[in-house]
Amino acid sequence: MFEVFGVSSQALFGQLLIGLINGSFYALLSLGLAVIFGMLNIINFAHGAQYMLGAFCAFFLLNGIDLPLPALAWPPAVTFVRITPGLNYWWALVLAPLIVGATGIVLERLLLRWIYRLDHLYGLLLTFGLALIIEGVFRNYFGSSGLPYTVPEALRGGQNLGFMFLPNYRAWVIAFSLIVCLATWFVIERTKLGSYLRAATENPTLVRAFGINVPRMITLTYGFGVALAALAGVMAAPIYNVSPQMGANLIIVVFAVVVIGGMGSILGAIVTGFGLGLIEGLTKVFFPEASNTVIFVIMAIVLLLRPAGLFGRGT
Amino acid sequence: MKRHISLAALAVALGCGVANAQYTDGTIKIGVMNDMSGTYSDLSGQGSVIAARMAVEDFGAASKGMKVEIVSADHQNKADVGSNVVRTWIDVDKVDVIVDVPTSSVALAVNEIVRDKNKVFLVSGAAASDLTGPQCTANTIHWTYDTWSLANGTGTAIVKTGGDTWFFLTANYAFGLALERDTAAVVVKNGGKVLGQVRHPFPGTDFSSFLLQAQASKAKIIGLANAGSDTINSIKQASEFGITGGGQNLAALLAFITDVHALGLPIAQGLIMTEAWYWDLNDANRAFTKRFAPQYKGIHPSMVHAGVYSAVTHYLKAVEALKSDADGRAVVAKMKEMPTDDVLFGQGTVRADGRKIHPMYLFEVKKPAESKAPWDYYKLRATIPANEAFRPLAEGGCPLVKG
Repeated sequence: MFEVFGVSSQALFGQLLIGLINGSFYALLSLGLAVIFGMLNIINFAHGAQYMLGAFCAFFLLNGIDLPLPALAWPPAVTFVRITPGLNYWWALVLAPLIVGATGIVLERLLLRWIYRLDHLYGLLLTFGLALIIEGVFRNYFGSSGLPYTVPEALRGGQNLGFMFLPNYRAWVIAFSLIVCLATWFVIERTKLGSYLRAATENPTLVRAFGINVPRMITLTYGFGVALAALAGVMAAPIYNVSPQMGANLIIVVFAVVVIGGMGSILGAIVTGFGLGLIEGLTKVFFPEASNTVIFVIMAIVLLLRPAGLFGRGT
Repeated sequence: MKRHISLAALAVALGCGVANAQYTDGTIKIGVMNDMSGTYSDLSGQGSVIAARMAVEDFGAASKGMKVEIVSADHQNKADVGSNVVRTWIDVDKVDVIVDVPTSSVALAVNEIVRDKNKVFLVSGAAASDLTGPQCTANTIHWTYDTWSLANGTGTAIVKTGGDTWFFLTANYAFGLALERDTAAVVVKNGGKVLGQVRHPFPGTDFSSFLLQAQASKAKIIGLANAGSDTINSIKQASEFGITGGGQNLAALLAFITDVHALGLPIAQGLIMTEAWYWDLNDANRAFTKRFAPQYKGIHPSMVHAGVYSAVTHYLKAVEALKSDADGRAVVAKMKEMPTDDVLFGQGTVRADGRKIHPMYLFEVKKPAESKAPWDYYKLRATIPANEAFRPLAEGGCPLVKG
């Protein structure tokens, strides 16, 4: 056992591992953002809210929800119908991204598609406004303290690694998000479908001339990006309480991750996500007070030296 | 005073019906400011507005010819936002009394402004004991609880039952630092030892890293000097990382009933905490809760809500006695002179340094099997009598006391 600046190696390994766990959330979320920005040129500020929706969706699938139904009466009233699906974490892992992704598709069809040709700022403002509305509505109904969601039976307990106690659930989070990240990267960068997507962003008219339905592809891409956020939300639910502002707390950091990695770069988002998780983890040991700001300091430095981000191609 | 007279003249000139009591603008304006959207919004938030409204109704202000208006605002836990709201309230909207204000950094900023403008500040949500210590003013009353009383209640109880080595996990702002300081003093005084501390940014989300540092310290007790969702997440993640299973215990130095509700009893059971008020303690509290909860999404009142009710009640009594709300210092002096008496806190006093004095209670969170209904969470372990619950007057360093 050795010491680094008065911190034992044991503690250090533990902190690095925890950094990696947080990094996997950063990676998953920034990946979704990068996919959406890369393909749609939309800065999706609603990403945090969609992450929160994923967590809430998991909670509803397990514990039930009072679905509001507008009653046909005057004055207008709302009646609540209680639905209790009783579906556990594993179902939520599949269903929540599908449900939230579907809301994303509706959103894209109704609102986003009108602003692709406008300046980035419009997309940013629209999605930011949506995020505030969604979070406000949830806070109004569910309060700010949050709702409890327990770790699934199969992943309770943990392993004693000698240098730290690793909860099984956290190990699962690292492994699963790595798989999802790599699969996404592979699909977009290495498959035919991915090459259509990339081509469609470069020159939609030409791709359309080849008989490919570009608007539908873009809609589905947005839905996929949103589903990634929801997936991260489901995975976060047992760790953090399911609360309306859980996304707002994270989204700013995730944007910094995307900027550092290079807007729209898939690999950049994954690598910086995990990397910054590690750096943040180390900061929590050596200078805990700065752990919230370290990412932004790095962002400022990267922007000074490489304005397009570490992995950005630049325009 | 000049404005007071001119306003009275104006009231008479306009043939205003209430000639025997003159209030600025003819209205007593209560400004409830707190966290309406973030981590502290369940334990204070809109619930404090509801509590203030109930106090005004129960006081029967309307039938006594007093026109009372309540305004509210969100300070977002930021001192600059809170300061701006309070300046606008006092200068433009003619608000007479500021109520609640959780988040000590905001409360300390408001404390200064209210003193300069000679209005009244009734603190229920904020905790830093500095408000009645070095920062005390003749315009502020600290109503419900403070860091010293929490430290004294929970800290003493834990050290006496064998928890004599401590490590603090502290929210890095005025409140957390004050709570850590006051608790460390109690620990040392009772023969315990503080092994270290780590200060996390406020608000935080992931505490596992800090918890591992606490674990490595081998302290018997990990003292959580934070609040709201920070405390909730710390406790949840401590159980995840097997810290509580490994022989170390958590001390939630400030936890509210809303936090216990959010955690759920399976995780929260066994926690020991100090509070000034609990809804199920007696019939009067239960009756209040029965009226309060339906107005607040079923959330049961926290001690902060109850404190707002009690403080507003006493304020209205003082204003009624003075027949004026114009001079903040005079109103506070009257509040200190009159004994307090309301249905939620019973009889008490307000001390020269602005500290409201009442008993505090040491609670233990029930096991899931012991809880018979939703929100049935606490067992009473001990009652800390009023004369021992708060920092002795001489030890606070309040200039009002020395002078």
